[in-house]
Amino acid sequence: MLALILILIPLIGSLLLFALRGSNDGVSKNVALLTSLVEFVIAAYAFITFDSQTIVEVKYAWMKDLRINFHLGIDGISLLMIALTGFLVPLIILSTFKYSYKKHESFYSLILLAQTALMGVFMAKDIFLFYFFYEVALIPVYFLAAIWGGTNAPRITFKMFVYTMFGSLFMLVAIVYLYIKASTANIQELYTAAKFISPASQNLLFWAFFIAFAIKMPVLPFHTWQPDTYSESPTPATMLLSGLLSKMGVYGLIRILLPLAPVGLSNYGLIAMILSVIGLIYGSVIAIQQNNIKRLIAYSSFAHMGLMAAGVLSGTLSGIQGALLQMVAHGINAVGLFFIVKIMYDRTNTRDLNSLGGITQNTPALSIYFMIIMLGSVALPLTNGFVGEFLLLKGVFDKNAWLGGVAGLTIILGAVYMLRMMQRSMFGERNEVTAQFSDVKGTEIAVLLPIAAVVLLMGIFPNVFLKITEPAVNSLLQLIHP
Amino acid sequence: MSIITLIPLFPLIGFLINGLGFRKIPASLAGPIGVGASLLSFIGTVIAYTQLTETSQPVFVNVFDWITVGTLQINFSFQIDQLSIIMLFVITGVGTLIHMYSMGYMHDDEGYGKFMAFLNLFLFSMLLLVMGSNYIVMFIGWEGVGLCSYLLIGFWNKNTEYGNAARKAFIMNRIGDLGFLIGIFLIILNFGTVEYAEVFEQAKGLTVGDSTIIAITGFLFIGAMGKSAQIPLYTWLPDAMAGPTPVSALIHAATMVTSGIYMIVRSNILYTLAPETLNLVAWIGVATAVVAATIGIFQNDIKKVLAYSTVSQLGYMFMGLGVSAYTSGFFHVITHAFFKALLFLAAGSVIHAMSGEQDIRRMGGLWSKIRITAITFLVGTIAISGVFPLAGFFSKDEILAHVYEHNKLMWVLALIGSMMTAFYMFRLFFLTFTGSFRGTHEQEHHLHESPASMTIPLIVLAVLSFIGGFIGMPEVFHTPHFLADFLNPIYEGSKAVNPEFGAHPIEHSTEWMLMGISLGAALIAIFVAYTQFGGSKNVPVEDSEITGVQKVIYNKYYIDEIYWAVFVNPVKRLSNLFVSVFEPKGFDGIVNGVGKLVNSFSGLTRRLQAGGTGFYLFAMVISIALFMTINLGYQVLETIKAFVGIK
Repeated sequence: MLALILILIPLIGSLLLFALRGSNDGVSKNVALLTSLVEFVIAAYAFITFDSQTIVEVKYAWMKDLRINFHLGIDGISLLMIALTGFLVPLIILSTFKYSYKKHESFYSLILLAQTALMGVFMAKDIFLFYFFYEVALIPVYFLAAIWGGTNAPRITFKMFVYTMFGSLFMLVAIVYLYIKASTANIQELYTAAKFISPASQNLLFWAFFIAFAIKMPVLPFHTWQPDTYSESPTPATMLLSGLLSKMGVYGLIRILLPLAPVGLSNYGLIAMILSVIGLIYGSVIAIQQNNIKRLIAYSSFAHMGLMAAGVLSGTLSGIQGALLQMVAHGINAVGLFFIVKIMYDRTNTRDLNSLGGITQNTPALSIYFMIIMLGSVALPLTNGFVGEFLLLKGVFDKNAWLGGVAGLTIILGAVYMLRMMQRSMFGERNEVTAQFSDVKGTEIAVLLPIAAVVLLMGIFPNVFLKITEPAVNSLLQLIHP
Repeated sequence: MSIITLIPLFPLIGFLINGLGFRKIPASLAGPIGVGASLLSFIGTVIAYTQLTETSQPVFVNVFDWITVGTLQINFSFQIDQLSIIMLFVITGVGTLIHMYSMGYMHDDEGYGKFMAFLNLFLFSMLLLVMGSNYIVMFIGWEGVGLCSYLLIGFWNKNTEYGNAARKAFIMNRIGDLGFLIGIFLIILNFGTVEYAEVFEQAKGLTVGDSTIIAITGFLFIGAMGKSAQIPLYTWLPDAMAGPTPVSALIHAATMVTSGIYMIVRSNILYTLAPETLNLVAWIGVATAVVAATIGIFQNDIKKVLAYSTVSQLGYMFMGLGVSAYTSGFFHVITHAFFKALLFLAAGSVIHAMSGEQDIRRMGGLWSKIRITAITFLVGTIAISGVFPLAGFFSKDEILAHVYEHNKLMWVLALIGSMMTAFYMFRLFFLTFTGSFRGTHEQEHHLHESPASMTIPLIVLAVLSFIGGFIGMPEVFHTPHFLADFLNPIYEGSKAVNPEFGAHPIEHSTEWMLMGISLGAALIAIFVAYTQFGGSKNVPVEDSEITGVQKVIYNKYYIDEIYWAVFVNPVKRLSNLFVSVFEPKGFDGIVNGVGKLVNSFSGLTRRLQAGGTGFYLFAMVISIALFMTINLGYQVLETIKAFVGIK
């Protein structure tokens, strides 16, 4: 029942906003925020009361003849993603409160629709339902980016749309194949059936799923839609994409690829890992010289996703646990960082590091939030980035020490580009652009404070999260390494 | 709550109060909060010491379970034993003095409260580093002190050059940290745990020369190179002098930079199992000690001289460790903490008196003007030069004696380095305090002795620099070596795997001879310095007039420039290449090419489409229809099979 409520609430909110067309901006904002807060409370309730032994499920017949069901379930992995989505969406909505968007009802409605689909993805127990939500999630974000984005947005986001749809076709083919072979769409049943699929087919399945999820995250060489899309989209859409939608890819690797193509993984997992790690280094090296902060963070996100992919593909407990934790950490930090870029742009009309500088002299509060979130991104111990990155690197290292060593370069490169960003924007002398920069207040603090708090709390008490997901990850691992 | 947990908690609370209350808490309160937090930690240390000496057994406190993944259990837990308690005394003791000094030194700075907060945060991190009962807690502290170092070097953040120095420190440390991290991964892989006690217990079963252990110790040592500024990762430390002087004293002389030595002494059983790594440690130590000393001879910035001397002295400590004389290396950590903190604080007092001037070519004749500073500085200078009976003499001599036993060439190099130390330190002293004043009239007019909050720490440290060496007198004096006796329990593992460990008593005649040689060498060096610079006879020339070899050394052998050319610039060029070629023409080029290809093939179906999206929706519909048909056909087939009776 809980699972259904989690999907229905944002859906109802979304429909309500469509119905409220013509009302004023404030009403839309408040309806959206309220909906997302109710959702947050329910997600938090689920998180707190969760008992890893029980898996909450609901099941309704969807396409009865095809034995395709509207089948939702919550295990530890789902729950973590639900908690992340529940936490981030209200913050994303709140981050828009200072601004007014044209066609605001549609704007907020689409955000909630995206949340509906995300919740669906993270809870789907039927592979077609998973696919359905996976595709649906993209549509509202596509419209958000295309309609409310910059002048280049329609062209760039269309590319993103086509690209990810292209990836999804691979997945669809793979899903249909599995469905026909196993004559079930139940993911759990597919896990058992997957054992009987020939190695040759598994190899194909592996690549079909990998390409689909690799485009979504993105992982090298499927990333070229990402920097443009992130920097041209309006900030809330960028936040949704980097904070949440990209996580569908990692989630897909864990939930779908690993257990459904274990032989493919053992054959090609290392190659895919190498690609991911190359992407990690490649993205980091590019980020070092970026002057547009939004692009810088986009490349840094790309780098982080590469490490997550590599960790998952290592097929180790630490790798997957690390990826799960890092999904949450990166989601939160990316939203925080993109919001800070928005704050800077709002006040200075530029995202160019060459034009900024000395902001810290005007903004004691912003400096602290920025510093904390930045430290989370560079994985300083006792921030949320550390435990995830530590476990990811350990996972990769355990699988292949050399690759682990190369992936480890991220802790150096990450510090290089993040500290450069900090130095060029916040430190140094003020200039005419930043002289009048005002400190954050009101709703801005309401967004940054919870983020900064979670950065620290997750870093200090990671076991709260790790304990929730470990049983579920272990049962997946038993399928991969029987 | 255990008193042990309180030790790091006090500075954490101090940090939170001063950090969150910055600009709201008046300076008159911020100072005492910062100093108080440090002092309470010191008191906590004293209590913990009494607990420890009651039983002589390590005290463990598990604060909470931090990370649990499968069978790997990483606790946030503390271990107080003989090694950590000494570090605690140094950190909280010297730390408190430096906090106190900062009250005077930083009082008029607009960021005073923030400064106190950062100092407390540093103390917290440093305490975690030495109190942790496993490598991960050490790593928390390890990175934490790196952060504080970054924050404090770049404390005056308006200045971009300082900001660059801060970043350089953080990034070079991160290079070391990657080594440390890989070392930890190897430890987990081989021992399944990160707890010292468990790792060392298992290590007892290994044989000397085990290749895994060589790898582990090698990687851990890379971490130590970064944090303790050894070749090739030392170049950040001289730049770190951009930070306020109390920071240089606390972080970049007395405590943080000795973390690498602490780590090796902590892991002594692993290093004893890996003689190859130890040999590397020793040679890196020698090279660093000598190279840094040569640079120190030609520097004209008072803090830069001290910085290079720190790098050089750290080299001596590693040299000691490298010849298995862990206690001697650690002994030098303690005495160095006293005299180097003293020298930096006294230098700060000089800079304070000189209205911010740091160039010794603009000083001179300060002896009579700032007497307390001058006398304490002299004590520090004598101590570091290794003159009997001050602290530096005993600790350095002990290292040299062990090096002599180990390798004669290494000993000669170390001795030369130690002569250079005495020379450049006295050069510094003579140029600063003797002769006539060479600064501006304004500076001369402003010359004043520092306030009591600054001079009291100087006096206390001067006393410690004087008597600190008596905790470890050589055997020939027939007094117990208190330090060695105290530290004895932590070498239990090393003795278990190597029965020879620590069993090389130096012959008394050799010991007398070595002491005589090093004392004589120091005195000769001091005399040469006196003939050259006594009464500021030869003031070094201006930068533009420096030529030849001297210029190369003055410019630190152009190591920074070389690193820049070999590492930094290529990465930047690579980054630009990626952005200008790989991204648009490579990856995206392929994508667009595929797009165009699809486009040209889709000419036939073009009429069916209302734009690209339409095509994909169409494709979706088709494929869904396709799978339904296939499925239907499959089911029909199955039904027929069942009907016919084929399984």
